[in-house]
Amino acid sequence: MSLEALIERCQSLYEDVSLKAVRAWKDAHPGAKAIGYMPVYVPREIIHAAGMLPVGLMGSDIEIIRGDAYYQSYICHIPRSTIELAVSGRLDALDGMLFPSICDVIRNLSGMWKLMFPDKYAKYLDLPQNFDAAVGGTFYAGELRALMADLEALGGTPITNERLLASIALYNRNRELVQGLYDLRAEQPWQVPTVELYLLLRAGNVLPVEEHNQILEAYRDELQRVERPQLDNSRIVLTGSFCEQPPLGLIRTIERSGCYIVEDDFVLGSRWIQGAVAEEGDALDNLVQAFLDKTVETASVYIADKPKGAALVSKCRQRQGEGVIFCAASFCDPALLDQPMLAHAVESQGIPFTEFKYSENTGQFQVIKEQTGTFSDSIKLWGHS
Amino acid sequence: MSEQASVQKETSMVLQKEMIAAHYKALEEAPQTGKKLVYTFVPGNLNELIRCFDNLLPVHPEINALQNAMRKRTGKMVTDAEKLGHSEDVCTYVKADIGMLRSGNIGPAGTKIPDPDLLLLSYTGCFTFMKWFELLREEYNAPVAMLHTPYQGDGMITDSMRAYVVKQLKEEVIPKLEKVSGEKFDIDKLRELMRRSRQAEDDLVAVLESARNRPSPIDAYFGAVYYIGPMFSAFRGLESSVEYYRALRQEVEWRVKQGKGPITPEGELGQERYRLVVEGPPNWTSFRDFWKMFYEEGAVVVASSYAKVGGLYDQGFRHDPDHPLESLADYCFGCYTNLNLPGRVALLTKYVKEYGADGFLINSIKSCNSFSAGQLLILREVEKRTGIAGGFIESDLVDPRYFSGANIKNRLESYLQMVEQKRKGAA
Repeated sequence: MSLEALIERCQSLYEDVSLKAVRAWKDAHPGAKAIGYMPVYVPREIIHAAGMLPVGLMGSDIEIIRGDAYYQSYICHIPRSTIELAVSGRLDALDGMLFPSICDVIRNLSGMWKLMFPDKYAKYLDLPQNFDAAVGGTFYAGELRALMADLEALGGTPITNERLLASIALYNRNRELVQGLYDLRAEQPWQVPTVELYLLLRAGNVLPVEEHNQILEAYRDELQRVERPQLDNSRIVLTGSFCEQPPLGLIRTIERSGCYIVEDDFVLGSRWIQGAVAEEGDALDNLVQAFLDKTVETASVYIADKPKGAALVSKCRQRQGEGVIFCAASFCDPALLDQPMLAHAVESQGIPFTEFKYSENTGQFQVIKEQTGTFSDSIKLWGHS
Repeated sequence: MSEQASVQKETSMVLQKEMIAAHYKALEEAPQTGKKLVYTFVPGNLNELIRCFDNLLPVHPEINALQNAMRKRTGKMVTDAEKLGHSEDVCTYVKADIGMLRSGNIGPAGTKIPDPDLLLLSYTGCFTFMKWFELLREEYNAPVAMLHTPYQGDGMITDSMRAYVVKQLKEEVIPKLEKVSGEKFDIDKLRELMRRSRQAEDDLVAVLESARNRPSPIDAYFGAVYYIGPMFSAFRGLESSVEYYRALRQEVEWRVKQGKGPITPEGELGQERYRLVVEGPPNWTSFRDFWKMFYEEGAVVVASSYAKVGGLYDQGFRHDPDHPLESLADYCFGCYTNLNLPGRVALLTKYVKEYGADGFLINSIKSCNSFSAGQLLILREVEKRTGIAGGFIESDLVDPRYFSGANIKNRLESYLQMVEQKRKGAA
């Protein structure tokens, strides 16, 4: 498949708010279940090992007809579009939903789901904020065991150690491929436009990991056949978009305004575990250990022993970022409460930054284009970090 | 006559005022007395544990913020924080606290609150707490003891959850309290404090449940703000708290015998015309004006979720001296905003029925997602289960820009008229 065809396929999956791909998978696997999950992180390996399809939900910019009736104006957009998708029947292909701990809105959405869809499986997955193996690790192992028991009961497939290790290996490959593309984009951002990389990641939300891995490999291989022009853009690290996602047009706008995005936190669940999970021994222990040791630093994670923003500064250095864009969803508590600390951290290192907010249904990008374009120009003219 | 001079106070309110004044005085004098300050939060607060250490004093940033708001000081604090880069979208308690800190940390008593020696991050029922103390850690460079309390996502407390919290208490919280205080933890002292907590908790529950009477002798929202104060903050487990709740209970029981309604800032309420259950915190910047909108209409709040934000004592929880650490864990799990939405709906429905309410009102707070996300569904569910019509108003905690008095009054009056019409229709 050509590069264009690959991206076209990913774009169609991105636009597929009725989860046709999930329905197709279920048709091809009679009796098999699909489990949705909200951002940011759930161990997809467990769902996969249960013979189910993990389906990442990241809201949508669909027209909201009923979703607004459930939320006040001062609450972010992703829960209202998620409710809209559900009450309009577009999530009917899902047999259950997981709500990982990220913020109070997603947390409360888990209870709303229980009230609104009492016949569907819904679980709040409490990720520990204590990263001591004997304390948070033990608790997390208990949470995962409970999840496994639920999925076994729901799907009827025992999650054996062998099955879980096999799933871990597949997702390790996925993480490796994603990371490889992120590394390549940082080296040659003109070759890997962020819009394309983003669409590739979003495809992983609805495709089985085996197929997603093939697509990532094909894209990587196809890239070698194309030569894209290098522009005199600024190298930007973008942060704050780990949950509610900006519209595609906004990502495109940032790029077109003269910014190469060399690092971001879009679809962060795919890179939550930084590196590989061990593929031998007790699979559940391996998932727990990876969570404790390799969890990415983001706003929903309590960082106990390092100054806030150190990871962002470090990432900026590693990626040779020339500036930071704080790009958070309106009313996103974790991102917006984090932002002053992160801004202070980058500013103290002489790294310029700019900030704006968006909503997943933002439709006007001109102001953002002017802002990021000016930011890029200012880096080119005066930046020296 | 000034507004202050015209306000009537019950004996227990005077007693509480003295307790709070003494506490802020002790905080102010900490640098001289050598006491160490532990900043912590109201929901899931570990007051008995902190008070085990003679050398430690608790500070509650939410209470500083709300008390500053009642004194009309938070408007500038919030905007000062926004000028420093804090988003207009986030919790105004946090911004009021940051604004207070940056202007000399002058607390509601008008005196400087010394810097924290420890930030005890009891992360119960509100994600923002975690970010708040990350921000304070940056500001003060103070150590943090993190206590992550799992959420009751499935509506229950599991052994795994309890074991997790107890382990954190043993391995994270208590060692840090020992280090900061320079004292050894004494579990028997904790048990003793918990015994006193139980006494006060029994009395508080009797006070809250007195609202089942007609007329209710208390307002279980506006009045309850004062009643829960010592229990939810620095005093639970202390003798002063036991005395306060004993006095309060006696006052309330006397009022029941006399068939009296609640005391409002303008005196005793005459006729009880409406009995309401209220969900959500109150607005603090216009607290008196807000309350007045209710008592002018003869509306009495007979039960509220806000009065349970620091513990569900009326649902049977008591601190247990025989299982002190497990009991602290269960206390943290049981705070109102740590309940899942089905649990909150069930509790509010129960209140409407058990307290004979004829109205259910939500005061939705702009900057508190923990409370507010999902409240419109709660409204519908409670209406469905009780058959009464719900009302919905919006305001904020401590940002005066989000209190629209005329709008709220208009909505409230319309709502109460609707309740009246429904009553007439039913009769």
